[in-house]
Amino acid sequence: MAKTMFSEVKSTPQFWGTLVILGAFVGAAAMSVLYIEKYGHIVTGMNNQIVWGLPHVFAIFLIVAASGALNVASIESVFGKADYKPASRLSSVLAIALLMGGLAALVLDLGRADRLIIAMTKYNFRSIFAWNVLLYTGFIGVVAVYLYMQMARGIPAIWLRSAGIAAFIWRLALTTGTGSIFGWLVARSAYDAAIMAPLFISMSFSFGLAMFMLVSTCTKRLTGQGFNDVLRLRMARLLGVFAAVVLYFTAVQHLSNMYVAEHWNVVKFILLNGGIYTQLFWIGQVILGGIVPMAILFHPSLARKTKPLMAAVLLIILGGFAQLYVIVIGGQAFPLDMFPGLEVSSSFFDGVINSYTPSIYEWALGLGAVALAFIITGIAIKILRILPEATSE
Amino acid sequence: MKLPMVNNKKTDPTDIGRRQFMKSGAAMVTVTLAPGVTIMAYGGSAESQANPATRWGLLIDVNKCTKDCDECVTACSKENGWQDTGNPETDAQWIRKIDLLNPETGLEQSLAVMCQHCEDAPCVDVCPTGASFKRPDGIVLVDKHTCIGCRYCMMACPYKARSFIHEPVTDQKPYAPRGKGTVEGCTLCVHRVDVGGTPACVEACNTTGNGAMIFGNLNDPESEIAIQLATYASSAIRSDLGLNPGVRYQNL
Amino acid sequence: MQRFLTAFWIALLAFGNSANAQDSDLFPDIPKALYELETPHPDDIRINHMNYLRHDRDATVRLGDRGIEFSLKSCIDCHAVRGPDTSFVTIESDRYFCKACHISVGINIDCFQCHNSRPEAVDFSGLFEADASGVLKAYLEEISQ
Repeated sequence: MAKTMFSEVKSTPQFWGTLVILGAFVGAAAMSVLYIEKYGHIVTGMNNQIVWGLPHVFAIFLIVAASGALNVASIESVFGKADYKPASRLSSVLAIALLMGGLAALVLDLGRADRLIIAMTKYNFRSIFAWNVLLYTGFIGVVAVYLYMQMARGIPAIWLRSAGIAAFIWRLALTTGTGSIFGWLVARSAYDAAIMAPLFISMSFSFGLAMFMLVSTCTKRLTGQGFNDVLRLRMARLLGVFAAVVLYFTAVQHLSNMYVAEHWNVVKFILLNGGIYTQLFWIGQVILGGIVPMAILFHPSLARKTKPLMAAVLLIILGGFAQLYVIVIGGQAFPLDMFPGLEVSSSFFDGVINSYTPSIYEWALGLGAVALAFIITGIAIKILRILPEATSE
Repeated sequence: MKLPMVNNKKTDPTDIGRRQFMKSGAAMVTVTLAPGVTIMAYGGSAESQANPATRWGLLIDVNKCTKDCDECVTACSKENGWQDTGNPETDAQWIRKIDLLNPETGLEQSLAVMCQHCEDAPCVDVCPTGASFKRPDGIVLVDKHTCIGCRYCMMACPYKARSFIHEPVTDQKPYAPRGKGTVEGCTLCVHRVDVGGTPACVEACNTTGNGAMIFGNLNDPESEIAIQLATYASSAIRSDLGLNPGVRYQNL
Repeated sequence: MQRFLTAFWIALLAFGNSANAQDSDLFPDIPKALYELETPHPDDIRINHMNYLRHDRDATVRLGDRGIEFSLKSCIDCHAVRGPDTSFVTIESDRYFCKACHISVGINIDCFQCHNSRPEAVDFSGLFEADASGVLKAYLEEISQ
């Protein structure tokens, strides 16, 4: 197999134009953050019932996808599949970029975002949230070292492999930590399940690979640099497997909750009578985000064509958003069961299904975080030798 | 001119010299020497700290707590300065009345619910910065100096006892600071308890309410609350979680 | 520039002749406290107030120590400044005690996002009114200007 040559991408109007459009999204997000900062979270759709809203859906999606985006590089250096090499650098870059985007959404939604320094200096080590702060920042560091190993000349193969294994283990820990943010919430019947961690890992495989395929296809269109269709088809089939695994873990999650009498009501809410959440679950996650893309990805000829393939990738990404929306918002919409078997009422929305309508500011913040991740990726491929040269295929 | 007091380094907080002139505490004496010149002296009470041998708690008799009475809620709101601003979904509620109906038997009950001051408080475990903490005497508080407003404690609390402050706040009570972007909840009126008082809700319940609440030290077998708990059956909300709340209910 | 000014004031206060520093045109116009403490200590407080407050706030909030030496509440009670209508001004006003220095050194404080910047409703005007003489009234008018 020919040695892969990497290069910086060339300046084209399309490339810079895309960055400018993405920059507009980031600008809108910045203005939203300042607005929320000035007037408080009252201007958002979040309230004392739905305490985590759309920014958290975006943030968790990006963080989960970040760890999954690294898989392409892991396949190459940990599992020794050399034909993934042309894609491996972009994989590491995208992992860092997506994580930065997700972290931006997360910290800019804090009630006191100005106190970020406290979050970075004071740790309560009983808190999985505090561990996640370390896991996230550590991930950026570990993957940065890994990327250096991938790019530097004369690095012994064992070093590269060790760095790859370290990054792979770190990413598993990271997604376990992210899932456990929910899995360890004993108070809420929609969460409180150990399966949250493996569920999130399966989601990261699927969303991360989908984001990678989306970005690599876009950069190839914009710059002409990328990898060949044979590799893309292999990724497509793999994505189909990952999508199936997500559906499997989702099924186990709900089936085991059904069996627990005290959780039956929340399962019924998500699967049967939860209104928007039930629709997002069945139509968004299961059908459009799971079964339809799987049919395309495993199809003998459709998966080879760019347009159906991109449709499948986008459906998986949107299905992933739907899934996280159902988990994050739907789980909070269902009321706390403080008095099992009794009907409760109060002036503080006890016992009622809580409503949530995201505001334009939350959309702006979330989309700005996605745009930020893409901008970081764009700058990286412009100044570093990330993508294979157009001629090296 | 030499400035003997100047010290740029971190000063030993037990430095006796400085301690003399600015003891803040319950008593304060002012002496007018000349027009416009007054000397102010702080006579602090004996230094007190939350006692780890103490565990403050509440006992609420649900049979006495009637549906039409919300004296405790009013008193808390007045004492601590949180109020209805016309946005029920975002307004803070440190204490609330919950009405219960047993659909099987038709039994109706009503009770006051606030921070349950758990021994193993989930909000304390999950707080990334340690802003949500438990005092040595069992009172669970938010240190708003280190709260970053992540709301994870609100996700973790089984009692919905915490509120997030969604709007800028002005004219707070001096002993109950609260501000936009941080999380808050019942403090068990820690400013009263520390100087030997009882929480405002208990006081109101016993004067204008139905006398359904008892406040006291759960660890002191002589205290009324401990005697009641030792004599009559009581329960905790969501005792299945094993959090050992400091707030207990009778006849629930 | 702000950083420089901060360093400049601290240097002046700590090592310079404080009388000269306070005569400078650049020195902020610091409102007078309502009461005098038994031991004057402005230089120490000017330099170390944030450390004292931080230490003692932790003692109160975390340990319930109500016998602390430096509480923000007592600072506020004594350093209240009256506005033209003789009521105490809030942090919104540029005449507010903390702001006199903090504006000139360009350091933003967020204490009053949570703490009330005015003394407790029981303010000390009563102490003045009780033996209100003409002199006191004149003084009240003077400080309210």
